[in-house]
Amino acid sequence: MLNPEHVKKTVAALKEKFPETVQEVSEFRGETTVNVAKAAIAEVCRFLRDDAALDYNVLTDLAAVDYSPEEPRFGVSYILFSMSKMARLRLKVLVPEEDPEVPTVTNVYINADWYEREAWDMMGIKFAGHPDLRRLLMPADWEGHPHRKDYPLGYEEVQFSFNWREIDAKKPYAKE
Amino acid sequence: MGLEQKLGNMGVITMTLEQAVNWGRTNAMWPMLFGLACCAMEMIAAQSSNYDVSRFGMELMRASPRQSDLMIVAGRVTRKMAPVLRRLYDQMPDPKWVVAMGDCASSGGIFNNYAIVQGVDEIVPVDVYISGCPPRPENLIYGIMKLHEKVRQEKITKWK
Amino acid sequence: MPDLSEPVLEELRHLFTARALSGETMVLNMGPQHPSTHGVLRLIVELDGETVIRAIPDIGFLHTGIEKNMESKTYIKALVMTDRLDYLNNIGNNLVYCLAIEKLMETKVPERANVLRVLMAELQRIASHLVWLGTHSIDLAAMSMLLYCFRERDYIMDIFEMVSGQRMMTTYIRPGGVWRDVPAGFTEVVENFINYLPAKLDDYERLLTNNPIFKQRTQGVGYISAEDAVKWNLAGPSLRGSGVNFDVRKAMPYSGYEQYEFDVPLETGGDVYARYRCRMREFRESLKICRQALDKLKTTKGPFITNDRKVAPPPRSELGTSMEALIHHFKLWTEGFTPPKGEVYAATESPRGELGVYLVSDGTPKPARVHFRQPSFANLQPLNYMSENHLVADLVAIIGSVDIVLGDIDR
Repeated sequence: MLNPEHVKKTVAALKEKFPETVQEVSEFRGETTVNVAKAAIAEVCRFLRDDAALDYNVLTDLAAVDYSPEEPRFGVSYILFSMSKMARLRLKVLVPEEDPEVPTVTNVYINADWYEREAWDMMGIKFAGHPDLRRLLMPADWEGHPHRKDYPLGYEEVQFSFNWREIDAKKPYAKE
Repeated sequence: MGLEQKLGNMGVITMTLEQAVNWGRTNAMWPMLFGLACCAMEMIAAQSSNYDVSRFGMELMRASPRQSDLMIVAGRVTRKMAPVLRRLYDQMPDPKWVVAMGDCASSGGIFNNYAIVQGVDEIVPVDVYISGCPPRPENLIYGIMKLHEKVRQEKITKWK
Repeated sequence: MPDLSEPVLEELRHLFTARALSGETMVLNMGPQHPSTHGVLRLIVELDGETVIRAIPDIGFLHTGIEKNMESKTYIKALVMTDRLDYLNNIGNNLVYCLAIEKLMETKVPERANVLRVLMAELQRIASHLVWLGTHSIDLAAMSMLLYCFRERDYIMDIFEMVSGQRMMTTYIRPGGVWRDVPAGFTEVVENFINYLPAKLDDYERLLTNNPIFKQRTQGVGYISAEDAVKWNLAGPSLRGSGVNFDVRKAMPYSGYEQYEFDVPLETGGDVYARYRCRMREFRESLKICRQALDKLKTTKGPFITNDRKVAPPPRSELGTSMEALIHHFKLWTEGFTPPKGEVYAATESPRGELGVYLVSDGTPKPARVHFRQPSFANLQPLNYMSENHLVADLVAIIGSVDIVLGDIDR
């Protein structure tokens, strides 16, 4: 069973340790989200991991979100988990469109490597200090970042019976 | 087999070369082990005990394109995978056939988006399309039967 | 056709040791079309003779854009996409997505639906493990296992077909419950299967568990310690094979898992063999849960989907007589429902480990962002670490033992 008391304790500890960087704490459906200043995310993660009383030893998930048209446009969510204390905490960093760069947490949580690469590939958020920030899922020569809201979903028309011939005529069928 | 009635007592069958070769081609068609996504599971199911596609001379799934003459594109083909797919096709020796298994391989299926090729026929020429998401193993076997029908009707002038 | 190898190798140069550049070691490309990579995984392996120095996975050959595609559909219509993520755990994907929606909407799920969900999820776990066992042993040259395992898997596929009309992509679990109640004769079929499987499992264990060839190829291979497994955030049997007792079903029970009695198999070996043992024992635990769920199903009566018409469609029979039901039906399928603005994370235990979904709602009928926390993704990441100084043949065993599904990784 999850332990909400520990999350409360964590939030209090965070507020005490980082009074400036912890910007907003919100709770929704029993989940706590802590908004953290962009520059301090690695520091906060390191504190949460290394503090024996808090002990958030696992980064479960890292996801980038495009909140447009809201400002700042992007967000990166870090879902942390403490196996010993059974507590789940979400840290969130808001990233403006003009400067989509966040410090990496790969030196805190080793498995953040691929998650950050995915976030770069899909959302175009740079992770400063990441050892190997290449595209993860799309081909290396792909242009654009597909999960951004302004990136079109697809570009091929769907064939129906009324426009079958029309599309069939211009479809690039392969030759032997 | 019913063959012995045709043999008479001379041990000779008369048929055209076209028929003989086409017959041979249909009954020893080696598919390439080319599983991409969900459909691959049903392709393996078709191979295994319950459906047993080896009844039609297809017990060998070759991992190498050089040894196979049927490519079953089982699953969605992404833009990243497309060049690889074409290269594998080019490596297969003639005669070769392609079966597009499932909706995604045939037309893109439910994924009309940036990542998926809208029908594998944009990359390689397809002989048989099989519908279903994923198609049942019976569907696959039926599709292969259809391909056999097609191969049996191939003309000697069109051979490769 | 563009030549794939040249530019990519140039870009990957920094990943290899200096010895590779001088030609002392060999860089070998394995995949994306390779019989033992379990799908379209590409591995770039640096070899010293036959010893692996580096094994860099290159993924994305099955990137389907499902997360993006789901943003363009209403919540309920996006459900069909989740089936195609991890195609060996279709029901589990439905389940986690529905749990997230229910968390967002604060929907209460009827008891019978929960029992059905657990039963289906466990059957799916058995089916998934059967595919793993078949493909993993074929990698280790035990050909007949594949045929046996797929024979058993077909029983489960038949059960799914009986319940939902589809063998694989069932979309059986819906927000608020399940699609429909089980048909007549269902309990007998499942009971038959539950009684049938244990003897077959004994057979498999006789074939593999004490088989000296199998043991030699798996014991001491792909070792990962408990600390490293936690650090790399391995999930599921891969984590428990290293002796870390973590199972989402026990740690954060969902769908009423707390009412079932089962053990979480733990092995301390941390190698391929330990993961194999762990999964083999999970088969039996899953059967145990199935049996309990089946008993519960007999006693639990009531609706199989919530009465909340905002989330679940009204039954067909009401449509002919009730105008209100008709409106609800129309609204649900055209417009969908509108959850409040917020973000939730729901987690389940898939056959491969913790499967989570991070769902962001912006107060419209379509999800603003869906991100799946995929267990295969987490399990593949330390491959380079696990396969260091092993042989190429062991690399194949390691990939099989973490049970990756490429649809799960690439999404």
